[in-house]
Amino acid sequence: MTPATTNIAVVQFPGSNCDQDAFQLFASGLGLATRYVWHKDTRLGEADLVVLPGGFSYGDYLRCGAIARFSPVMGAVREHAQRGGLVLGICNGFQILCEAGLLPGALIRNSSLEYRCMTCELRVEDAGPAFNPGALGARIRLPIGHGEGNYRIDEAGRAALEANRQVILRYCDNPNGSFDDIAGVRSEGGNVFGMMPHPDRAFERFHPSQDGLSVARAVLAAGSAEFARKSA
Amino acid sequence: MMRAGLPPNPDPALNRPVTLDLVRQHGLLPEEYERVRAHLGRDPTLTELGIFSVMWSEHCSYKNTRPLLKGFPTERAGATGEFGRVLVRAGEENAGIIDIGDGWAIAFKIESHNHPSAVEPFEGAATGVGGIIRDIFTMGARPVLVTNSLRFGELDSPSTRRLLRGVVAGIAHYGNCVGVPNVAGDVYFDRSYEGNPLVNALCLGTLRHEQIRRGKATGLGNPVYYVGAATGRDGLGGASFASKELSAESSSDRPAVQKGDPFMEKLLIEACLEMMAVPGLVVGIQDMGAAGLTCSTCETASRGGAGIEIELDRVPQREAGMNSYEIMLSESQERMLVIVQAGREAEIEGIFAKWDLHAARVGRVTDTGRMLVTHHGVPVADIPAPALTDGAPVYQREARRPAYLDETSRWTAEGSGLADLDLAEARAALPRLLSHPTIASKRWIYRQFDHMVQHGTAVGPGSDAGVVRLRLGHGEKFIAISNDCNGRYCYLNPRRGATIAVAECLRNLACAGATPLAMTDNLNFGNPYKPEVFYQLRECVAGLAEACRFFDVPVVGGNVSLYNESPEGAIDPTPTVSVVGLIERESHITRQFAPAGGGRLILLGGAPDEIGAASSSASSTGRRRATRPRWTWRPRGDCRASSSARSGRAGWAPRTTSARAGSSWRCARCSSARGARARTLTCPRCGCPGSTRSCSGRARAARWSARRLATRRPCLPRRARPKCPPPPSGKSPRAEDFR
Repeated sequence: MTPATTNIAVVQFPGSNCDQDAFQLFASGLGLATRYVWHKDTRLGEADLVVLPGGFSYGDYLRCGAIARFSPVMGAVREHAQRGGLVLGICNGFQILCEAGLLPGALIRNSSLEYRCMTCELRVEDAGPAFNPGALGARIRLPIGHGEGNYRIDEAGRAALEANRQVILRYCDNPNGSFDDIAGVRSEGGNVFGMMPHPDRAFERFHPSQDGLSVARAVLAAGSAEFARKSA
Repeated sequence: MMRAGLPPNPDPALNRPVTLDLVRQHGLLPEEYERVRAHLGRDPTLTELGIFSVMWSEHCSYKNTRPLLKGFPTERAGATGEFGRVLVRAGEENAGIIDIGDGWAIAFKIESHNHPSAVEPFEGAATGVGGIIRDIFTMGARPVLVTNSLRFGELDSPSTRRLLRGVVAGIAHYGNCVGVPNVAGDVYFDRSYEGNPLVNALCLGTLRHEQIRRGKATGLGNPVYYVGAATGRDGLGGASFASKELSAESSSDRPAVQKGDPFMEKLLIEACLEMMAVPGLVVGIQDMGAAGLTCSTCETASRGGAGIEIELDRVPQREAGMNSYEIMLSESQERMLVIVQAGREAEIEGIFAKWDLHAARVGRVTDTGRMLVTHHGVPVADIPAPALTDGAPVYQREARRPAYLDETSRWTAEGSGLADLDLAEARAALPRLLSHPTIASKRWIYRQFDHMVQHGTAVGPGSDAGVVRLRLGHGEKFIAISNDCNGRYCYLNPRRGATIAVAECLRNLACAGATPLAMTDNLNFGNPYKPEVFYQLRECVAGLAEACRFFDVPVVGGNVSLYNESPEGAIDPTPTVSVVGLIERESHITRQFAPAGGGRLILLGGAPDEIGAASSSASSTGRRRATRPRWTWRPRGDCRASSSARSGRAGWAPRTTSARAGSSWRCARCSSARGARARTLTCPRCGCPGSTRSCSGRARAARWSARRLATRRPCLPRRARPKCPPPPSGKSPRAEDFR
């Protein structure tokens, strides 16, 4: 994929509030063709990467993401993922992907029972050809902002995560009680990514870091790797 | 001659005759009731009495403060064609608007939610945030930041801890979900706020000049729409509730506290901004905040010089069987009133259907000048709209200088027996002082607020001022915001305490690299019927106005919260001040955090030998005996500070002030005498161009970046600045010389 042909679709759920952030990360940060997809749409159109942004979809008065997974657009997102298309869920998007079963595990209240907004240091795990420390550097800094980012998974799921190298990011100093310090995971197929930290808050000059750009590139590169693998 | 009354209300419970006892329960005085009767020409119905009581409450009418507020400057004397013009002035609309250049403007305002937060901290604080955000997007602006100013009792009390936990969680709950970053704030802990916390929330939004919307009902026959959440029985008469003292029974007033739904608010913001972006669709718009449907209908009608007719049966309702009194006085949140251009109903209904929100056509604009409310086909209220707004009583309350001021103004450190600390004592005192929650880091609070959403936060909470990048079309601008007020200073000297609050905010902005633009204030005081409290209020307002004029910072809006009293007495007078500044270039942004790897610390303005009202003396001696810090009109942290004058070095003043004092001057850069370029630095004594040798490093950079914004010219290279000769006479200039 080259910038000229890469299409990014940012899904807008009612209550998404980082939709503009995600949009700008790809549009102004990476200079890619980016557009919004409304949650009532049943088609995504041409999209190389579908982004589920952060926020409080449907108010998240139930479990976070529990209603959004039933949104009309999610059928198309699921199909896109099943075809091997790239999906990135940030924060609330990660919660939605877990609820929708596109990523393993679940996210519960932070162990502090409080919302946390801060910048975290993260360890990049070796998770396959694209998302690895070689491409990103061993440590990155990204902001977090969530009340329910405490990642949980059962024993069998954990074993599978380890075996397939599905953990992509770990907190250096765990802010929310996440199991095994997990901050982000990918699907077994390597095309669906979810993370609680916000790459969409780390790309401008005045942001705490610009590591969001490398994370976004790493996700897109995973698509290229996938593409290369399939066409080989 | 008395008119005939209205027909009986469909709900028999509302047909009770209005007695003086009922009038009193509604918080109206007998003479105010007579005024109501005179406006109507007959006895009011119970629904009408309720309507008058909320509209004439202090919260809506400012009846005790309106004459005082007229003293504030509402225009910026130094406004240029490029920026700084006030587009919507204080009191005209839901929020003031000021030009920031290139066709863009900002709308901002601060508002209190003290009383609800005292009774039900979580919902009280949450709906405070919601209410102020609505005030901003009502104007057509997209909310880009919120800040808050909180005051609590000391943390050793369990009830304070409960209130604090609730308030912080409420702000986090609402603000985080709505997705507006909380970039700055201040928190004080002091006994005087025990049982009566202060929760002031500010919101700022951006808009294009042509997007400014007004809360006006105009155009005969234009349909009136009710959009947003359905009306329930929550928050009944909240405005009147906020206009009385808190007592032991206040907790039974819980129905007067509203419940917020930030998700609904988020949808409402997006839907309303989408609707307002359609040219010519919206004629007028107003949020239903305090006094709900009542306030929005009569204010829009009154501003538009029109009448309005609404049918309550069409109002979306959360509960069955609500009567006209309840529907009119409900303060259910997340509702707006929109007056739409006739014939374009389908457009607004389409937009709100997209966002799955109610858009009910509840009435129309008339030319009668009256607010006519019908329920089940029966008129239940028929009131001249201006009677509720401009017809509200205005009082000049009695002011009396409180006796404690005599004692505190005589206070001296020597007389109080405060001994000088030796080094060991000082070493022990410092950590104690720094660990006081008012002084210590507030990270434990602000890390619960999302301060990074919208990815524009350049400097978050914890620094002197929050700095946010505004994305304006294809361009961008940076603004800084700071709020502050030390209630203890205002208690000890109301007038000077208030000026100090303004000056502190301006210093905060200068330290962020910003030029001050405009101010909003939230006057938190006790019961204005107590002459001592009214004295504090009057003096604080005078102090604010004085400082605003001196620094040329107009007041573009604000809020008054009176009756902040608990059984222990009135709170310390707390005129919370919030100033917004413009940062011209990103490189001017400075933070208060010391960068790693060395650097020098420079103290500007000297260290005067004073201890009055400082936290150290308050904690060791009890604040009620201290005096306020010394204050001169030469702001500290500036080269005009008194220390440089005392030490015989040059003191500096802006050209404008020295010219006013009649001394000769010459522009430092173009060498012209009395040229058009104002505000060049010159020495007030000899008139020679300025030097900055008393300042250096980061602090100088901060000061100069602020100055450069004012002069809009590059700073001279260091060596090009000539030195100042010694003063011609031994006499040092005094503050008065510059006035």
